[in-house]
Amino acid sequence: MSDLSRRGFLGRLGAATLLPIQAQGPLAGQGEVGRLRDPAAAGRPRAPTEIADYDERIKAIEHRLACTCGCTLDIFTCRTTDFTCTYSPQLHREVVEMDRAGKTAEEIIDAFVDKYGEKALMAPKPEGFNLWGYLLPGSAILVAGGALVALISRRRIVVAGAAGGAGPQPGVDDTGGETNAAPPASAEEMERLRRALAEVDD
Amino acid sequence: MTLLGEFCLWVALLLSLWATAVAFSGRWKGRPDLSASVSGAVYGTFGALAVATLALWKGLASHDFNIEYVAAYTSRNLPTGYIVSALWAGQKGSLLFWAVVLSLFAALAQLLTSRRHAHLLPYVAGVTSAVTAFFVCTMLFAANPFERMAFTPADGRGLNPQLQNPGMMIHPPMLYLGYISLTIPFAFAIAALLSRSLDTGWIHAIRKWTLVSWLFLAIGITLGMWWAYVELGWGGYWAWDPVENASLLPWLTMTAFLHSVMIQEKRGMLKRWNLGLIIGTFLLSIFGTFITRSGVIASVHSFTQSNVGYFFLGFLVVCCILSFTLLYTRWPSLKADVQLESVLSREAAFLFNNLLLVGIAFSVLWGTLFPILSELVRGSKITVGPPFFNRVNVPLGLLLLGLTGIGPLIAWRKASPANLRRQFTWPVAAGIVTALVLFAIGARDLYALTALGLAGFVAGTILQEFYRGMRARRRMHGESAAVALARLVARNRRRYGGYLVHAGVLIYFVAFSGMAFRREMEATLKPGESVTLASPFGHTYTLTHVGISQFEALNRIVSAATVSVAKDGRSQGLITSEKRQHVDSFRRPTFEPSTEVGIRSNLQEDLYITYAGSVGGTEEAVYRFTINPLVWWVWFGGFVLALGGLITMWPGGGAALVSPRRVEPGYQASLAATGAAE
Repeated sequence: MSDLSRRGFLGRLGAATLLPIQAQGPLAGQGEVGRLRDPAAAGRPRAPTEIADYDERIKAIEHRLACTCGCTLDIFTCRTTDFTCTYSPQLHREVVEMDRAGKTAEEIIDAFVDKYGEKALMAPKPEGFNLWGYLLPGSAILVAGGALVALISRRRIVVAGAAGGAGPQPGVDDTGGETNAAPPASAEEMERLRRALAEVDD
Repeated sequence: MTLLGEFCLWVALLLSLWATAVAFSGRWKGRPDLSASVSGAVYGTFGALAVATLALWKGLASHDFNIEYVAAYTSRNLPTGYIVSALWAGQKGSLLFWAVVLSLFAALAQLLTSRRHAHLLPYVAGVTSAVTAFFVCTMLFAANPFERMAFTPADGRGLNPQLQNPGMMIHPPMLYLGYISLTIPFAFAIAALLSRSLDTGWIHAIRKWTLVSWLFLAIGITLGMWWAYVELGWGGYWAWDPVENASLLPWLTMTAFLHSVMIQEKRGMLKRWNLGLIIGTFLLSIFGTFITRSGVIASVHSFTQSNVGYFFLGFLVVCCILSFTLLYTRWPSLKADVQLESVLSREAAFLFNNLLLVGIAFSVLWGTLFPILSELVRGSKITVGPPFFNRVNVPLGLLLLGLTGIGPLIAWRKASPANLRRQFTWPVAAGIVTALVLFAIGARDLYALTALGLAGFVAGTILQEFYRGMRARRRMHGESAAVALARLVARNRRRYGGYLVHAGVLIYFVAFSGMAFRREMEATLKPGESVTLASPFGHTYTLTHVGISQFEALNRIVSAATVSVAKDGRSQGLITSEKRQHVDSFRRPTFEPSTEVGIRSNLQEDLYITYAGSVGGTEEAVYRFTINPLVWWVWFGGFVLALGGLITMWPGGGAALVSPRRVEPGYQASLAATGAAE
């Protein structure tokens, strides 16, 4: 003992103290788990996660079905977000049970529509009146765009040959860059160009 | 203080009604002497509403729980910052906040508007005062924030836990500032119509106001996304909720206006369209408020259902009829000076950009209202959620992204083939290379690939514009690259600030496309147990449950679940997600326990951890683990967009600081000779 330094002694003492504590600890996840001092403060009690809870197939189905609690979320998002919701866990169980009974995704979704109505779907099926919902915005833009092109083309024919109005020189880009080789400009045109460039660079 | 507050509301109502009546009658009867009286009434309205607001804040700060609003939204142990933000946490307080800010903006419009536009100011005062009077009326007759109860509770209910987040102290005010400031451009538009001053004067008068509104809305929407992401716990930032949609609508139409107004300034076109856009934007802001406050459409954001919705519906209908009737009566005076000459022109590109922006706004509005329409037509309720909006709007959004890159490249009036070749070669190459590289490294999602390819194209456009401008300055003035770039931006703030805004939008799109590669899983773990989760970027996270600790904080009991994170075996530290049971000052629970997510964010991805709860009241925890790629870039995109907006609206720059050389005739020839036009 005489050749043991003070630091070495303290180190061995520490090791001797900690070793039994380490040895007493359970393997990860194998031993008893501690109880919370105030379980109610940690939210509603949860059941352990099952494979079906995060199965990609179940998840994909639940993403297409709306929760009925009024939250505007789909079943999967609601049950993994709003932990106070009592509807989405129940709806999840229904999906899992139907899946275990061998129903396909479409059959499960149809069963939900039969039971809860069309509002069970996160998006209405693109059929019948619902087609208006899907197609009207795009169609309106297409029609308006087509009308614009037709209108501008018609005007171009009318305007062709006439002197250009006020505004930037045709073909001038913002860097003042060329375009088609332009004929020599009059002082008036140059003044108009100067104004246009000043406006463009503003 | 409630007596003083309510008295001030009545004073504000009388003053705003006086200002409205005198402003219009004074102009019609040719009595300019009444203008001073109108301005005085506008300032007085602001003063009265400011005192009313201070009175409510005093009630909130002094815990006067006899006031129904104070008892409903605060408690004795609520942190001070949230007592301040409780002003806009509820229906009644937010109406007062709206009214006071509107009256402030109305006063600023009177003070700051250039004398050149003084002839519009009485009408502007009339319109802003009429809108203010509506809000004060709504408060006094349907949602009085100073209403007292028959008894005084010992403590208040406290603020909803989800509103106890720093984001909620700034997100709603920003959105409100955006919504409210839209009234000023609307007022100038109506003033221009009433006074038949239909030249570009009113547009110059509102330029700063439109940019301010647009910027506040943009910041408010981005902050709202951030709040939803960090607070709501579902792992995303945009859910196409009706109230989110309502905030997007005026932003889209205002963005359209900011583009189309340039056509009116430069070419004298789109006068009717621009007036329609400003009126429509204001109406959409009222419509958004109606949705939020009426409960007509289910939303997680809605205020408590009340009859306030009827007030807003009536106001919306009246504004709509009056505004569009007025526009119709001035229709013949709003003929364009010149006509569009070519589909291949900057003007046409702006027009198509407007078409898409307004089309997307219509699409969002259509989707938001479609459940009501469906119920009316078919009698059956339907849900219109994110899958619908994504299906309809993502293609339109991608088209818009493409136009963001095309617009700046096309020449005014008519582009020549040489011009198109010169301008498009590098940006198109950048887009194609981006898409090919991403495809080569395994990206297969069609929308994400398209978005990223288009982002490459837009980035090419922006970089080319900056590079050419900078190179032109370097050759003309012999400046260093950094100086040339700084001066280029400083002297052309509107243009290059606009490009920065485009860069912000492009960053948004890139970040949004990251969500296509999202990964998520659930797990139940005892202390010491681990799970692994593979990132789309190729590495693997090992997530080990450390344990749960419970402790008491100021107004809540916290259950903190801690996870140790290792990335490919290397420790990355700890992440904690919490359950919070909020309590009042008597330690009584006030709301259901809420969840605080734990987030570890870097440029690549966010590791997003949600503690869902415990099994049997033990430390065995249920977690949801999510990897959200590129989320950091959403916030950065918002920053770039706001920076671009600020540069665009910053005073100075422009013509006053333009180099003398540029205002000489023959500038184009000089510039071309220096090679700037290459």
